[in-house]
Amino acid sequence: MSFFEIIRFAIRGLNSNKLRTTLTTMGIAIGVSSVIILLAFGNGSSKAVQAGIEKLGTNTITIQSNRGGFGGGRASASRSASSKPLTVGDAVALSDPIKAPDIKQAAPVAGANTTCTFGTNSSTPGSFNGTWPAWFEASNTTVAKGTYFTNEDVTEGRRVAVIGNTIVTDLFTGVNPIGQVMRCGGIPFTIIGVTEKKGSNGFQDGDSLVVAPLTAVQRSLTGYNNLQSIVVQAKSAKVQDLAQTEINTIMDAQHKVKNVSNRDYRTLNQASLLATTSSSSSVLTVLLGMIAGISLLVGGIGITNIMLVTVIERTREIGIRKAIGAPKRAIMTQFLIEATILSLVGGFLGVIGGLIGSHFKIVGVQPIIIPSSVFLAFGVSVLIGLFFGGYPASRAASLRPIEALRYE
Amino acid sequence: MHPVIDVQGAVKQYGVGDAAIFALDGVDLQINQGEYVAIMGPSGSGKSTLMNIMGALDNLTAGKYFLDGLEIDTLDENALALVRGRKIGFIFQSFNLIARTTALANVELPLAYQGIKGKERRSRAMAALKVVGLEDRINHEPTELSGGQQQRVAVARALCTRPSLLLADEPTGALDSKSTHDLLDLFDQINAAGRTVVVITHEDDVAARAKRVVRMRDGKIISDTVNKSVSK
Ligand SMILES: Nc1ncnc2c1ncn2[C@@H]1O[C@H](COP(=O)(O)OP(=O)(O)OP(=O)(O)O)[C@@H](O)[C@H]1O
Ligand SMILES: [Mg+2]
Repeated sequence: MSFFEIIRFAIRGLNSNKLRTTLTTMGIAIGVSSVIILLAFGNGSSKAVQAGIEKLGTNTITIQSNRGGFGGGRASASRSASSKPLTVGDAVALSDPIKAPDIKQAAPVAGANTTCTFGTNSSTPGSFNGTWPAWFEASNTTVAKGTYFTNEDVTEGRRVAVIGNTIVTDLFTGVNPIGQVMRCGGIPFTIIGVTEKKGSNGFQDGDSLVVAPLTAVQRSLTGYNNLQSIVVQAKSAKVQDLAQTEINTIMDAQHKVKNVSNRDYRTLNQASLLATTSSSSSVLTVLLGMIAGISLLVGGIGITNIMLVTVIERTREIGIRKAIGAPKRAIMTQFLIEATILSLVGGFLGVIGGLIGSHFKIVGVQPIIIPSSVFLAFGVSVLIGLFFGGYPASRAASLRPIEALRYE
Repeated sequence: MHPVIDVQGAVKQYGVGDAAIFALDGVDLQINQGEYVAIMGPSGSGKSTLMNIMGALDNLTAGKYFLDGLEIDTLDENALALVRGRKIGFIFQSFNLIARTTALANVELPLAYQGIKGKERRSRAMAALKVVGLEDRINHEPTELSGGQQQRVAVARALCTRPSLLLADEPTGALDSKSTHDLLDLFDQINAAGRTVVVITHEDDVAARAKRVVRMRDGKIISDTVNKSVSK
């Protein structure tokens, strides 16, 4: 009996039970496409988080006080007897172009915890920063509407503010915020600008933001002795390490640090933040991979189930074929071809479905396909299909015809 | 000349211990080329079991079976497939047609496994279906056929390979008296052409056509007689 003839038998076998054929193919297709889409989604969301952090500026270094507590104002002697808070003087020293050739600029930040109101609306900013105009560039924040405040605003201590989009929607729905006066902790601030939408970086809402001149914030809200941080911008991402060394040299001198392992300040840079988040988002990818693996397994069990349910009928059929003189090899080949066609067609449809499905945004995340996941999903389902299509057939083909005919 | 069928001390046991059933309990039977044998006996006496052994579809618990001098138990899968496909035409008590497959495709199947192709295969299958009077039902699937029609498809499938040994397990069970008569005429013709025919039946008028009647009870042969009424 020719191979071509056996292929015809296999196709006739698939054709004669269209429901089983369709269900099996769909089972494989759904398994494959869900794995591809889930992994693409995980990959896409981790890429989105990384891009969000990169937007914050990768050449920014933040200095924070190590004196316990956030602002460092609540002086605790626990760390070091000689520990000093961060001062505006530190920021000025860091801006020295001779001592710090790789630092472009530095801006002190006084952080206030307060609620802002406009009429009956209120909003509590995630961060309320009193700072210098240099902060905007150092923290990669741009004003989309209105203007930045100026160095003159800082020296004059003018109560003006640039706000983020979340504050706009909270306080000024239907009102142009520019020129309006909001009250923060009872103090009036005139809005002069709105920042460009930043979105969330995965941890906090980058648009729940108020930025005002340092002097105004210190005078009315925080007092003069407790800077939250100093934001330093390196000249480029390349010289970030050099800038880091310069920061340490200058700050150690400013703070009279004797033991470098016991500094009263610490530095954070976006690069290290990026490293932590990319490792946490790879955890996300692994998690999604596990979900995908489970869905592949469930899909596989579905395929197995359909295959096994028909095994009784197929076993009887194998018994009949053997009784009328079919060689075992011809039977095996036919059933393996059937299983191969089912698995390949199912796997192929699944890949197409996965590729199409990955084009659509899921909860705002654009999935990005991981090429190896396509091969993995396809390979695994084809193997499952082949095994569970082929194995029962090979078992049945080894039975005596009468045993196969009686099988139940 | 050795017999076509040579069953020696055949035992077929189902189950073990107290639950053991001896479907065949020491059967000796020789059938020569060209014989026409009817096997009779009450239900459960082991007729089908013996027939399955003779058709090389099942194996014995003890004893030996030679078909055309070949010991079936010693053959490998390929040789068994050849024996089943070329030497034997087997008609099952329960038809055993392949589901969702047309009558024509069912009849063509044994020819296909013998490597007979295209036109010849189709014309031989058509001829066999014509013999059983189903030429107008060739594209019907088993579920679209009556019990008697299915049985006739099964007969056509067994005949189309022109086997030298025809084994039929109650082939007339689902047929009316006219069809029964036609089928028995066909068996007579086949037998007249020198082929061996073995038929299991409950009906005396079917057995009356055979030249030899073997009676079974409880897995044993209780009588083996030459049929005088056929000696015309
Ligand atoms: N697979 C099996 N397992 C257990 N017992 C079986 C099996 N097949 C047959 N038997 C038993 O073997 C005995 C003989 O069965 P067999 O089918 O040969 O009877 P039969 O003479 O063909 O009966 P009928 O005229 O009803 O077709 C019966 O008692 C039956 O119950
Ligand atoms: Mg029977």
